[in-house]
Amino acid sequence: MTKPLSFQSMILALQQYWGAKGCVILQPLDLEVGAGTFHPATTLRSLGPDHWNACYVQPSRRPSDGRYGENPNRLQHYYQFQVILKPSPSDLIGLYLGSLDAIGIDRAKHDVRFVEDDWESPTLGAWGLGWEVWCDGMEVSQFTYFQQVAGHDCAPVAGELTYGLERLAMYIQGVESIYDLAYNDAGVTYGDVFLKNEQQFSAYNFEAANTEKLFQHFKDVSEECRALVARGLPLPAYDQAIKASHLFNLLNARGVISVAERQAYIGRVRDLVKAVADCWVEQGK
Amino acid sequence: MKFLLELQSEEIPARMQAAAAEQLRTRFVDALKAAGLAHGAVTADATPRRLWLIADDVAAASEGSAEEVKGPAATAPAQAIDGFLKKTGLTRDQLEERETPKGIVLFALLRREGRTASEILADVIPQIIRDFAWPKSMRWGAASQSTAAPRWVRPLTGIVALLDGEEVACEAHGITSGRDTRGHRVHAPGVLAITSAATYLDQLRAAHVLASSAERRQIIATRAAELAAGAGLSLIPDDGLVAENAGLTEWPVPLLGHFDPEFLSVPREVIVLTMRTNQKYFALSGADGALAPAFICVANLDATDGGAAISHGNQRVLSARLSDARFFWEQDLATVRAGGLEAFLPKLNDIVFHEKLGTLADKVERVAALAKWLCESGAVPADPAQAEQAARLAKADLVSATVGEFPEVQGQIGRYLALAIGVEPAIADAIRDHYKPVGQGDVVPTASVSVAVALADKLDTLVSLWCAGEIPTGSKDPFALRRAALGILSILIANGVRVKLGPLSGRLNGVADLWISAHFEERGMLVHDRENPLKLENIEPIDGVTPAVLTFFADRLKVQQREAGVRHDLIDAVFALGGEDDLVRLLARVKALQAFVETEDGTNLLAGYKRAANILKAAEKDGIGEPANGEGEGAEALLAAALAIALPTAKQAVADERFTDAMAALASLRGPVDAFFTDVMVNDPDPGIRARRLALLARFRDAVHGVADFSKIEG
Repeated sequence: MTKPLSFQSMILALQQYWGAKGCVILQPLDLEVGAGTFHPATTLRSLGPDHWNACYVQPSRRPSDGRYGENPNRLQHYYQFQVILKPSPSDLIGLYLGSLDAIGIDRAKHDVRFVEDDWESPTLGAWGLGWEVWCDGMEVSQFTYFQQVAGHDCAPVAGELTYGLERLAMYIQGVESIYDLAYNDAGVTYGDVFLKNEQQFSAYNFEAANTEKLFQHFKDVSEECRALVARGLPLPAYDQAIKASHLFNLLNARGVISVAERQAYIGRVRDLVKAVADCWVEQGK
Repeated sequence: MKFLLELQSEEIPARMQAAAAEQLRTRFVDALKAAGLAHGAVTADATPRRLWLIADDVAAASEGSAEEVKGPAATAPAQAIDGFLKKTGLTRDQLEERETPKGIVLFALLRREGRTASEILADVIPQIIRDFAWPKSMRWGAASQSTAAPRWVRPLTGIVALLDGEEVACEAHGITSGRDTRGHRVHAPGVLAITSAATYLDQLRAAHVLASSAERRQIIATRAAELAAGAGLSLIPDDGLVAENAGLTEWPVPLLGHFDPEFLSVPREVIVLTMRTNQKYFALSGADGALAPAFICVANLDATDGGAAISHGNQRVLSARLSDARFFWEQDLATVRAGGLEAFLPKLNDIVFHEKLGTLADKVERVAALAKWLCESGAVPADPAQAEQAARLAKADLVSATVGEFPEVQGQIGRYLALAIGVEPAIADAIRDHYKPVGQGDVVPTASVSVAVALADKLDTLVSLWCAGEIPTGSKDPFALRRAALGILSILIANGVRVKLGPLSGRLNGVADLWISAHFEERGMLVHDRENPLKLENIEPIDGVTPAVLTFFADRLKVQQREAGVRHDLIDAVFALGGEDDLVRLLARVKALQAFVETEDGTNLLAGYKRAANILKAAEKDGIGEPANGEGEGAEALLAAALAIALPTAKQAVADERFTDAMAALASLRGPVDAFFTDVMVNDPDPGIRARRLALLARFRDAVHGVADFSKIEG
């Protein structure tokens, strides 16, 4: 490769690659989520017997990670590229390595490694076995064979790949700060697009968010979720569960949830997700 | 014949490889033994992508066997004979009739044919794979449609099974065995057909896979040391890290990298931890022993540019991590410079120690009071105010940004922060050392302030959690109370701390008691659990705790002293007397006792004691009666005289803690006791004389019991 891929070209290359492998190329979920895994295309679709192959970019928000745009490595809003393949194909590692080739990583010059990392999401009531994928010591992807989601055994098991797009792009482009990333090949940087976002949302997450209202919202969406499950509408109910999860993350960033209460809140979100998933699985039978 | 088994899979976690190889070896050897197939040496090992095993001198077939089974008498009813025929699968004319003392009996001769090695292995391999136990295993692929699908640590991808180069055909987990494997992912990505067990290792080597974990470890250790020396530095040895890197690579290539010396302002432990835990890098030191701004990472290939890009990439990652670490560290420094370590304390109110025992702040209060008391009571020779202060600050760093990010450096960070703002070094050291000893083999604190805080912290943990009902059972010890007890014992013994645990645990109960009642009286419930108010009656009765805790200590002491060669029955013998809750004294007593019972005098006295105890036990059931006057004569009088001297001498020696002298006093009884049993008949027809002799034996028993309860001694 003479010129490294820009941020947007890298995304296009990944979509091209996985699209050619039979994945449905989806668009992001239009709700605030902490990770690409929350997208119903992963959580709900990983349950049940149907085959399902999809990939998509997911904007992800982690309010506590905001640094007002001052830390070159941390963001409260970033992008993940998510691939979900059910059942997991027989040479998933080979397919994954092919995707690294596709975005210009020369594996004869770089050290790609699979380091044990058992994934667990207490909020989703999910776990799987897999690895962190390291490229020259940097974690660039998460690689998981889902064993359970929302307390249900995955049958069949789905393989999930999550690429940290900014990290990967920094790596490919050799820049030291996220904000210096070439977003496209016409001189637009990541900072041009997102620096203001980081500054303003850090202020919102840490200082401005009205916690009293957030607590109320949490209560409201939880009730709505339960009501929708009761009416047999798992998909809209799941939206409400996702909202509850994000509201919890915001409250956590505002520092108004004590350590003791934290577990209780995580448990409440898990219960919502579980109720939705039970309903979804029941209807899929 | 030489046999090769290779089980290929996607990357096996490094920490599981050695145990898995050993399990493979054991299962294989056991299975061959069960099948009666002889074999020579068996080697098993692993790389990240394969478990493999080579067995030498495998017999071509198992030996046939013959077994003789005895049946019913020839005259037995037809039903019995038919049953025997059914059981053995033979016909009547195949049975042998044999003359026995009980008449003619039928015998069956059962022959089992030998089976070929290939047949046996084809059965054994799938069985091993099915039975294999991984610490964590998973399902995958299309087969996982069923939750009863095969499990492996990661997807199993291939099986090579070759006996003298011939394929052993079998199938397991949906995979058919063959001779195809894979070499290095980058250097030799294609299929590699293995010729035989004899060529396996060399074929893999040619495909850039070093199958021997020992060789990979050796290359990593040697090459890393060379690289360090080449840069004028020394490698900080770390065998665990060598093994981990050997488990992450099939073709290990150590590379040297550097980081900005400015990061050296961050505590050394944080830098080393970041490098080691997060990145699996080796740390290096300069000639003066100080940490050098360099590291060694281990790549898994010979890169086309000699590793320049890999080294550069790793430097960038480390630099980003160290920037983060420095950010946290500087934030903490700013906090303590403005408000001292005390600035962290309010946040301890937010951390629940245990739902029945309140927050970490509550624990700190209890520990501070106890540390102070340990010094005031004279048990620990430290300034009470200093110990109390150290205890108050000991947990402060738990809410620092640095420990939040790197929990393993708890204590260390507190010490550095304390030193940075001029806190007395004794207090700073106690902050770091109060967690010690963390396990057996860890350093035991000896500085007096550290001793006071470490003891107080562990005693509080043990007793308060005991009160809260978190008593260890079997393999369950979620709060590591056994470790806490062992830590207490090590500190007491190493420092000769003389503290009576009886009153002490009473005092601890008092602390817990006070704390609990304060909470209940003030609020009627535990403040942090509004929804589930805890009723007082749900708490373990405090009175019941002390003896139970003491027994728990005795058990831990036995475990701890076993390695030092101290006999557990002797610890019981001293403990059984009751009232001994000073562990330093107890151990001195046990050691003197052990020296004694292993002498000839000791062995004989023990025999005499047991004999006396048995006679008394039998006699005391029916009552002894009124003893006759006088001391008797001969051996009886001699024993009485010897006891008259030995009893007070032993008693005084015990009181003075001269335990060897106490044993010597007992030893003086050996001759008279032996003579007594030889010459004197205890059960004299005259009930008065009998009673007098029994009373004499009782005095002998009491004399012995003044030193230890010999009935607990084995042998």
